[in-house]
Amino acid sequence: MNLSDIRAIDCDVHPTVPSMQTLLPYLNDHWRETVIEREITTLDTISYPPLAPLTARADFRDERGRAGLDAGEVGQQALDKWQADIAILNCLYGVQLVFNEDMAQAFARAVNDWVVKEWLDRDPRLRASIVVPLQNVEHAVDEIERCAADKRFVQILVLCMGETPLGRRQFWPIYAAAERHNLPLGIHAGSAYRYPVTSLGWPTYYVEDYAAQSLGFQSQLASLVCEGVFVKFPKLKAVLIESGVTWLPGFVWRLSKFWRGVRAEIPWIDRSPNEIVRDHFRLTIQPLDTPDNPDIVARAIEHFQSDDMLLYSSDYPHWQFDGDEIMPPGIPASLHRRILVDNPLATYPRLGL
Amino acid sequence: MAKHIVAAVKDLPPGSRKLVEVNNRQIAVFNVNGEFHALGNRCPHEGGHLIDGKLVGLVQSKMPGEYCYSRKDELVKCPWHGWEFDLRTGRAQCDPSRVRVRHYETAVVQGGEIDLDAPPKAAEVFSVRVEDDYVVVEV
Repeated sequence: MNLSDIRAIDCDVHPTVPSMQTLLPYLNDHWRETVIEREITTLDTISYPPLAPLTARADFRDERGRAGLDAGEVGQQALDKWQADIAILNCLYGVQLVFNEDMAQAFARAVNDWVVKEWLDRDPRLRASIVVPLQNVEHAVDEIERCAADKRFVQILVLCMGETPLGRRQFWPIYAAAERHNLPLGIHAGSAYRYPVTSLGWPTYYVEDYAAQSLGFQSQLASLVCEGVFVKFPKLKAVLIESGVTWLPGFVWRLSKFWRGVRAEIPWIDRSPNEIVRDHFRLTIQPLDTPDNPDIVARAIEHFQSDDMLLYSSDYPHWQFDGDEIMPPGIPASLHRRILVDNPLATYPRLGL
Repeated sequence: MAKHIVAAVKDLPPGSRKLVEVNNRQIAVFNVNGEFHALGNRCPHEGGHLIDGKLVGLVQSKMPGEYCYSRKDELVKCPWHGWEFDLRTGRAQCDPSRVRVRHYETAVVQGGEIDLDAPPKAAEVFSVRVEDDYVVVEV
């Protein structure tokens, strides 16, 4: 397809792993037997319990309450319906929660291979993120190298809340691989549940968990900036997926303000974090946390001081909005084309290959 | 611009500092290893008094984990929020192109060199001795 004909690039669509049975053919003999013998039935996590309202919009669910189970369904419900010519699949399956590094590697490979076979090979509009087992950095890099040969993989996918802040140098081989292969680092809402989702301890309710994700995104943003990841890897971009978006300007004001006084602590940061964030971070637009008044939405967007940062996303099948208006009301029409097409193309170099 | 005597050199030894007032402006004068530096005393951020700030070196870096330290004691850190100001230029290290505090040229003159018909205006009253050296700030 001619790039100028593209109507929309949906940067966050979730394929649902129907059950552990689905992945068995993609595991080797040892891990297949392990799964069967231990009766591991699912890696679904409490980030998105299958029947929780947020996990899928009612009109997308089948009679068993599941949604997004195969490429045909997603092609129809998400891409056809909303006229997306390209969509990026982010598979959320609890690979990142597994404690055994080797098992995590096996599941990551299985998920990625399943995505290729059952999704990418079935609908040419689909692209995908590489699920990486962060439990072991070497394994993560190996998985990137293994998958990157397939240009339909356009991003690396990690969770917002893991075991260690993402800026730490132990992860840098992953970012070197990301830069080498033109893969942005996609950071998606969700936790490996190594720790409570708030630094205060475990909250009681699901809504607290989900709302706390934006705090996780803040801390990851600060870690990636302050540790100097973008000094070391100047071509790297980070995409904050399903982050809520509007928390960002206020947090970056805060980070930039306090950086001024303790700059010498991180002397490799020789310009305001505000500028670094504008250059290296992108955000998918669903969900967009704003008041109902569209005028306020436009003002909130202005606070980003950049037209390059927002990427179109449906977050299908998650229930972020009703009806068909993916673009939140109030986003200025002059930005629509950038958000729908130009910014995704600039963020994901492999989409243009 | 006029020269103002602000201190006798012997009263402002290396490592010491003095707050002086010239034309109603408060100026922080520092002696760093025998070199005199003068900055406006008021931090352009929130008005902290630089005379009370710690002197620090310049830390720079090309890459995370590398620390390039130079110019020991040539920056003053505002005691309120830690912004660093270069004693040689007045520029803030966090945003040198846009944030600066007024920097004043300094000189050392010998009492005997001072033209007594047109003496520099003293910030305070000094009895100038021919054989002594004096710190002069241009304001």
